[in-house]
Order: sequence, then structure tokens, then C-alpha cells
Amino acid sequence: MRDNRVHGIIFSNMHDHALSELTEKRTMGSIPIGGRYRLIDFILSNMVNSGISDIGVVTKSNYQSLMDHLGSGREWDLARKKGGLCILPPFGHAGSGIYRGKLEALHGILGYIRHSQAKYFVLADCDVIANIDLKKAVDQHVDTGADVTILYKKGLNMPETVQESTVFEIDETGRVTDVFINPQISGECNINLNMYIISKDLLEKVITETSSRNLYSFRKDFLQASVGKLWFQGYEVKEEARKINCMKSYYEANMAMFDEDLRNSLFLKDRPIYTKVRDEVPTTYGLSAKVSNSLVADGCVIDGEVENSIIFRGVQIGKDAKVKNSIVMQGTTIGEKANLDYVIIDKDVTVSDSRMLMGFSTYPIFISKGSIV
Amino acid sequence: MFRKKEMIAMLLAGGQGSRLYALTRNLAKPAVPYGGKYRIIDFPLSNCVNSGIDTVGVLTQYQPLVLNEYIGNGQPWDLDRINGGVYVLPPYQKSKGSDWYTGTANAIYQNIPFIERYDPEYVVVLSGDHIYKMDYSKMLAYHKQNNADCTIAVLEVPMEEASRFGIMNCNEDMSIYEFEEKPPVPKSNLASMGIYIFTWSKMKKYLEEDEQDPNSSKDFGKNILPKMLADGQRMFAWPFDGYWKDVGTIDSLWEANMDLLDPNVPLDLRDPSWRIYARNPIMPPHYIAKGAVVQDSMVTEGCKIEGTVDFSVLFAGVTVEQGAVVRDSIVMPGSVIKAGAVVEYAIVAEDCVVGEGAHVGRRPEETEDKDAWGVAVIGAGVRIGAGVQVGPKAMVERDILEV
Repeated sequence: MRDNRVHGIIFSNMHDHALSELTEKRTMGSIPIGGRYRLIDFILSNMVNSGISDIGVVTKSNYQSLMDHLGSGREWDLARKKGGLCILPPFGHAGSGIYRGKLEALHGILGYIRHSQAKYFVLADCDVIANIDLKKAVDQHVDTGADVTILYKKGLNMPETVQESTVFEIDETGRVTDVFINPQISGECNINLNMYIISKDLLEKVITETSSRNLYSFRKDFLQASVGKLWFQGYEVKEEARKINCMKSYYEANMAMFDEDLRNSLFLKDRPIYTKVRDEVPTTYGLSAKVSNSLVADGCVIDGEVENSIIFRGVQIGKDAKVKNSIVMQGTTIGEKANLDYVIIDKDVTVSDSRMLMGFSTYPIFISKGSIV
Repeated sequence: MFRKKEMIAMLLAGGQGSRLYALTRNLAKPAVPYGGKYRIIDFPLSNCVNSGIDTVGVLTQYQPLVLNEYIGNGQPWDLDRINGGVYVLPPYQKSKGSDWYTGTANAIYQNIPFIERYDPEYVVVLSGDHIYKMDYSKMLAYHKQNNADCTIAVLEVPMEEASRFGIMNCNEDMSIYEFEEKPPVPKSNLASMGIYIFTWSKMKKYLEEDEQDPNSSKDFGKNILPKMLADGQRMFAWPFDGYWKDVGTIDSLWEANMDLLDPNVPLDLRDPSWRIYARNPIMPPHYIAKGAVVQDSMVTEGCKIEGTVDFSVLFAGVTVEQGAVVRDSIVMPGSVIKAGAVVEYAIVAEDCVVGEGAHVGRRPEETEDKDAWGVAVIGAGVRIGAGVQVGPKAMVERDILEV
């Protein structure tokens, strides 16, 4: 008998404020990245490729673009009779408002969690781009019998630029012994990937207990508060993983995709990253096109010069235009002879002929959705 | 229960496409890749959906595996319907023996039970061999307005080429008075496009009668249409003036792909009101490396280009390594052009490897004997070894690993 042993919960709105420009009109999960993806595509595809076919997506605000992107979940093979994708908008009733933290968000979907047949839950945010085999992490969780398995990545913590980070102290047996939120430490750390595995029973217990004390922060009121009392086992993610927690890391993660090794570790043939299909035509390059070190999606018409840039679906770049070190999102038109350097352009922007926009590598200019320059 | 449909489509997709040789060795002609991310059958299927036809029977016979797999439940074309949708209809066994489809008319005849379930007023017969965008609902309105029994879509072709087509000779009101198959001296230049709308009651009668005729070759063009005309049925030609291309030969397939790079050719695949749908390969955007040159070309998802691509159409997941040159060519999904290899005036089918420094095809201006020149073809899955030379007009079906 097929059984959905593991249930996924994705929080689409966590960390919205870390990328406030990009989340003005959308959720964290629906931030465009890598030419044709949204941030949520990575964790969603990871779950699907790891055999998790029962997934709830928790939303909070600005979630229209997310709903539009996910639809019935068919593109992730999640339009299922048993399980499948379930979008969980905020459940407003007397006395409750919009949730303040992950624990409150979970309390809002307690009925949904109770109804699940799964034994384990994987909780994840949308702030990591990676191709992780979650099955291995779940297997470790089951084998060790830990209360919570926490996925982390060894990496550099940079307190001056990073607004959102949790760092763990982990002993030689892999057990988490301390939790630091936004610590002012530099150097190699065990960085939280905001992915947790927990049994259904314990999850329900945690939600009801914290709720009765009016606690809402998963990291403060659960992880930090329980670190000595419960068994938190670390699971080190060996796969390439990049956290998106500020404009700079967002920009860098996009630019990193020019690296073939990163692309090969993200876009595996047998574990593809799924996304919404838009039925675009292949991209057409004109006679005067010059393209170098760039990632270009379908549906574009490119007559100008493109260098070190990510070009999303349906972008048009006019003759003699120059686009360098930039991210140009879906449906944007760049006029002839326009000159762009270090610019992040949101969707459906029109840059008129001969306009000049220059940012700097550490401070790319951002042009918001639908603007006309 | 099946709800009544005004019109359903029957798509003839059993064609072998024998003049495409290596390209159709293991797949039916309608499944041949075209235009970077499509297969030929995407065009009639998308036309159906865009014209409001939601029930399509696809008649398959020759090498149906790829086609069956590709059509699947019809979801990419929005043809996964509760009532209607797309159905693959292969020949089947009956209580009294079983038959292959012996002709286009016989194929439809054998599927009369399928058609009758929807109790349609009209049936449009399509073929899976052509690249074109057509609104069949306009053709149906014309059919109804003329109170016709059969309406045939026609295209004006140059008079000197008319003798290669089935020619409709019409009165002023576009009613057909004569049908000539490949006439040596054509009287008109209105060529049949192989797209017919029939009033179903009439069509059924003629299919059943034709089936009883032992001398008939069970073909629409040769038997059904001439018979209807001889009986004085109301037959009209519906003039079409858009882009239409039969991709039945290597040259025409090559040309039809290259037409996409010509801004003067009236085949707009970007029109959002008439999208051509296809099954999506699920691959990342294509990457163009430093030092690569890509001009006048169509490139799609999953490609990696380090070399030079000029006036070419690349399908999903194609790799062009450093120093390799692809010019005036079509490279189908998953093929790899290794470092320093040259591919010119060629069609490289799916999942091929062209080895380092190999040379496939030649430019016409570099060929002395113009009659010996033509587009070179590498069949699906073939490996061309390092340094191997494959001449113009070659048709390679087996690996050539050594020089």
C-alpha cells in the first residue's frame, strides 16, 4: 500500500523582510531566481524528488503571485488524489490575527496537521537554493530516534551583511548543544538551513504547549528554550546550498549560477527542479547579438549585448543595448542603446531607448515591478 | 455518458514519413522534432485547442511509442478533459480478425464507433505532417455558411509548382467542380492542404460505401473526395493565406526550421493569442559561456554553448563545446557537439555525439559537384568519432567511430 509517511510543510512568507524590495508584491517563496525559477521551486522539488508527495504551503500575505505560480501543483507532480499540494492561507477568526512567528503559523494549521496520516513532518522555509536528498535526512532521523533533526550547512557566517541567521554548536556525536540567533561571530559555523524533521506527535505537542503560553518564535521559544531538554540532532547537508537572506546574497546566488559546478549540482537530470511551465518559444538571437557568460531562459528576443547576466523568460533586449552584471526578470523590455550595469530589474519593466542605469557590485540598483524607466 | 460535440477532430498520425529516412526510423513523422522545442504534431493539436475543438482522435500506426508517450494524457495542450480530450487510436483486434489501417479513409472508418460516441455534426480531418497555424472554427463557419457537405482548405501555390499537389478547380463561388491529383497541366493553383471538414452524416455514408468497394485504395484524396464530387455533393474550397509547410523531406524540414530565423516569414510563434503548446523538458535556462558566439539562432532550455552557433536551431539540452562551430544546422535534443567539431548544413537528430574535430556537412559553395550537395543527416543516437568527416547529403544511421 502506498503511504505518505512524511508530510512537508513549507513556509512561504518567512524572511520576507530580508528582501523587502523583492517581496513588496510577493512572498519570499515567489521571488524569481535563476532565469526561470521561484525560490519555492527548490524546496518543493527537493521534497517531491525525495518521495514527499503530501505538502502544505503556509502563506501569510501578498500570496497572489504564489497561488498563481503553484496552481494545482501539477508541474511538481503534486496534483494528487492522495496527498498532493495544499495551500494554507491564514485562517483568521475572532481573537487571532496574522501570525507573528512560525509557531503561531503552525497553530493556525493545527487541524491540517492533525488530519495528516504521516508519521513525520519536514518543516522548511524558502530561503535556500539547493538540490538536497531529504530522504537521507529523514532516514537519519528515524535511525537515530532524535526528537528533532536539524539540517545545517558548514559555511561562513558574515554578521555584518546577514540579517537572518541561526548558528548551532554541535558536538562530536552530531548533537546540537547550543543555538545562537543572529550571532556576531565570523568564520566557519554550522549555519541553520531552516529545515527540520520532527514526528507528528511531538510537533502537535510543541504547538499546543507554546500556544498556551502565547509563544510564537520557533527559534527562540522552541529551539533555544528546549536545546538542553530535547534531543536535537544535526544533519549536515553536503550538497551545494546557498542561503538567500539579503539582497546581496540574492544577487550573489544568481551570479553564482554561471559556475558550471553549481549548475550541475543544482540541476540534476534525475532530480530536476520543477517550475511553472509557460509555453514560451525558444529564445531568438539576432544578427547583432553578443552574449557572454550568461544564463538565458526561453521566450527572449536578444539583439543587443549581454554579459554576466541572468535573463528571465520573455525578455526583449534591443539593438546596441548593453546589459552587464544584471538580473532581468520576466517580461521586461530593454530599449535600443540602453546601457545597464549591476541592475536588478523586476518583472514587466520597460527601459526606454538609450537609458543608462549603473549600480555597483556591492550595491546593485533595484527597479521595481512594472516600472517604466 | 458522452455529451454531444458540434465538431471533433481526427488527426492522421500514422504516416511513416519515409522520405525523412534516418529521422523517422524509430518514430512516426508527426513526432519529428521541429523549431527548438516542438514536435510537428504540436501544431495541429494546438490549432485544435485554440480553435475550440476539445476532442481529438489521433490515429497512429507506424512506430507509435514516442508519439504515444509524447501525447500522454494531453495535458500540455489542455486536452485532458472530463468530456472529450485527446485519444490515441491505434488499429485494434475485432471479433472477426484484425486489420491495419489500409488507408486514410479506412483509418477513420475503423474508428466510426469513437466518432459516434460524441454524435458530432461535423468532423475535421487533419494530418500530422504540416507546420501551420489555422483557425478551424473559421473554416467551420464557412462550411456552415455554404451548407457544404465537404470543405477543403486550399493554399495558392506558384503555378509552376502546382503539378506537385492535389489541385482543386473551382467555380467563382469557390465550389469545386474538379479535383486533379498532381496534374501535368494544372488549370488552377489552389492546392489541397489535406485539411477537410465533413458533415458527419455524409462522411459516414461515403466511408461505409467506400469500405465495400474492393477496388478502392481507401484514401480520402483518391477515393472519397472524387466519389463525393461525382455524386454532386456540395464541396467547397476554403482559401488559406498563412504560412504552411509540408515537412515531408529532409530539405523541407531543414527549410521550415530555418524559416523561424527569417523575420519575413509569416509564422509567428510568439503570438500570445495563438500559442503552440508542447511537452516541457524541465531543464534550466541555457548558458552561454564567455567566448561563445551566438547569432541569428534559436536556442532553448538546457543548452550549454561554448563555441559558435550561427543561423541554427538548437533543441533542449544541446551542448556545443569550445571551438565547435554549428552553422546553418538543426541540432535536436540532447546532442553534443564536441570541441573543435564543425557542423554545417546538417540535421543532427536526438542524443547524438559529434566527436572532437569531426566535420559534418559542407557549405554548398565549398562543394564542386552541386548535384551531390545536400543537407547531411545524423540519425538519432549515432556517435561520430573524433576527426571523422561526414560529407554533404550523407545519411548516417550507424556509429562512425574511426576516420
